[in-house]
Amino acid sequence: MSRRSLFLGALIVAACALPFLVSSYRTFQLTLVLVYAIALLGLNILTGYNGQISLGHGAFYALGAYCAAILIDKAGAPYWAVVPAAGGVCLVAGFLFGLPALRLEGLYLALATFALGVAMPQLLKYHHLEKWTGGVQGIVIAKPEAPFGIPLDADRWLYFFTLGVTLVMFVLGWNLLRGRIGRALVAIRDQHIASEAMGIHNALYKSLAFGVSAMFTGVAGALGALAVQFVAPDSFGVFLSIVFLVGIVVGGLASISGALYGALFIEFIPNIADEISKAAPWAIFGVFMIGFVYLMPTGVAGAIRVLWRRRSP
Amino acid sequence: MKTRLVCLGAMLAALAIAAAAQNKYDPGASDTEIKVGNTNPYSGPASAYGAIGKTIDAYFRMVNDQGGINGRKVSFISYDDGYSPPKTVEMARKLVEQDQVLFLFQTLGTPSNTAIHKYMNLRKVPQLHVATGASKWNDPKNFPWTMGWQPNYQTEARIYARHILKTRPDAKIAVLYQNDDYGKDYLKGLQDGLGDKARSMIVAEASYEVSDPTVDSQIVQLQSSGANVFFNITTPKFAAQAIRKAYDIGWKPVHYLNNVSTSVGSVLTPAGLEKSAGVISSAYYKDPTDAHWANDPAMKQWQAFMKKYYPEGSLINAFSVYGYTAAATLHEVLRMCGNNLTRENVMRQAASMKGWRVETLLPGITITTSQDDFAPIQSVQLERFNGKQWELFGEVMSGN
Repeated sequence: MSRRSLFLGALIVAACALPFLVSSYRTFQLTLVLVYAIALLGLNILTGYNGQISLGHGAFYALGAYCAAILIDKAGAPYWAVVPAAGGVCLVAGFLFGLPALRLEGLYLALATFALGVAMPQLLKYHHLEKWTGGVQGIVIAKPEAPFGIPLDADRWLYFFTLGVTLVMFVLGWNLLRGRIGRALVAIRDQHIASEAMGIHNALYKSLAFGVSAMFTGVAGALGALAVQFVAPDSFGVFLSIVFLVGIVVGGLASISGALYGALFIEFIPNIADEISKAAPWAIFGVFMIGFVYLMPTGVAGAIRVLWRRRSP
Repeated sequence: MKTRLVCLGAMLAALAIAAAAQNKYDPGASDTEIKVGNTNPYSGPASAYGAIGKTIDAYFRMVNDQGGINGRKVSFISYDDGYSPPKTVEMARKLVEQDQVLFLFQTLGTPSNTAIHKYMNLRKVPQLHVATGASKWNDPKNFPWTMGWQPNYQTEARIYARHILKTRPDAKIAVLYQNDDYGKDYLKGLQDGLGDKARSMIVAEASYEVSDPTVDSQIVQLQSSGANVFFNITTPKFAAQAIRKAYDIGWKPVHYLNNVSTSVGSVLTPAGLEKSAGVISSAYYKDPTDAHWANDPAMKQWQAFMKKYYPEGSLINAFSVYGYTAAATLHEVLRMCGNNLTRENVMRQAASMKGWRVETLLPGITITTSQDDFAPIQSVQLERFNGKQWELFGEVMSGN
């Protein structure tokens, strides 16, 4: 156990040192990795732990991003306040979406969430909402500067801000999943009749899982909007939702650290694929994906766990 | 004798140092290379536009084979953004901060360019000749590092307005437009072009959403307004529906169709070629399918270029003429920069083109810019569809 906390400590120290060793463009990319990691952790709570497949998490990501952008642009809210606000809005939205979704199982739920993901970009273009959303033109927001005269440029400051939020979200997720709630979620996934017999309120837990999952994704969306400084309907196509799903499967289902590996994968592999071939970047991406799934059937996190066990008898 | 030689040597050395001192560079430029960055949608819903990026890449391979520009090779670095604005931001930052390009050129898409607009101007890196028709790229006061290239939507609409005023002073105009910034840009151009008469002449306006299945009801509504001129601001699918529906219900106004939807293959053929006869639109570069240009030397040259440097491209793809023409414009800008390859000078030279033209543009269309005019191409020529192909008519008209 102490070895693990030592490892975690080293990881955090490395994460703090990293932006000073790389260019600000790389820092920006690392910020996006953290953002995706939060989103993937959110989706993993729902899909990995609770067994509900969502093909529409891009919609919650978009909702979080738009909440943040509108609050900053229209209400002049400070950037640090919009992140919890976006999380709150998405918690409610996810919970409400989870209520009718309860009646749907497996593939049917996947289809319902897919509908949400497909509809979201068009809803954002809806002209009665244009006053707030800016329609297809989207909203441009300014990059937050470091406060109290801390000598960090905007990219590094945003990285540390995102790192802080990421740590909070991961501790939150860890506490949630290691305890009674996490075991209940897994029980529902593995055998919902038995879990009901054990006295777990299936419906409540499933909707809650939806809400919490949406909240994580919404927080990620808000941070993503701050990093990219721009939101537009075209940023949140259905493809985003599918990429999230790819991320949690490659990273490792039902694994907290898997979110981080998945985030690294979805951030960097498309760029590598594009560098290998301009003509068919997604074919290369597909090869990578098949390679990962074939070599590490339980995700990167699963493979690391196996290695870890082998080394420590 | 010896002293003389030393003197001469010293003088030559001084000259060389002076000459070297005149070579001014910003990141991305050197004695041997100019790095140019670009983003294009090579994948995703708008991947048809990817042909533009590939054509530009091929063009600079040709230029490099011919010895480069002022002795420097052009490295054209182009990344896929899948038409997704966040990806464009990431790629633009990669190009500027990591690849250290001198400037970005022909980044494609209105939302994508909007996403990097502020960033490029804060960084003071040129965002040159963007591939979108929105009018906001011509704003040198607030965004001195961004410049458009193609005629913008408002310019084009102003030209139709002028033609309407000239040929039909009694026109009653009905407008159908897509409800977004593109549609509204056109509508504003029309209103501006009509001036005081806009209120009395535009008798009906109808809009549609990209998500609508058809525009049939809008066409019926516009017909009932009794309009005799129809300005059709629609993207390809809706343009075809509008042409067909207007013909089917027997509405025969003078029909102006925006340049976005003039493709014979994807708009007029589905609408019905005979139903499209008489539709008026505009063009500014030569259409590779137009038989009129079959023996045109510039188009022959373009075809030879395509066969040698971009053989997997299509010889009837207008996007490749577009890319070729845009790349030729940049070629001229870089030639004008000489040995002063700073970002500031690139913008200065791009903003001082006076009546320059490349032969793939329609005859009479020229590129002119100045310190407070960042809209290079501002004129178009009207064309009418004769049931088989587009026929140019009238003179080249400018939107100013």
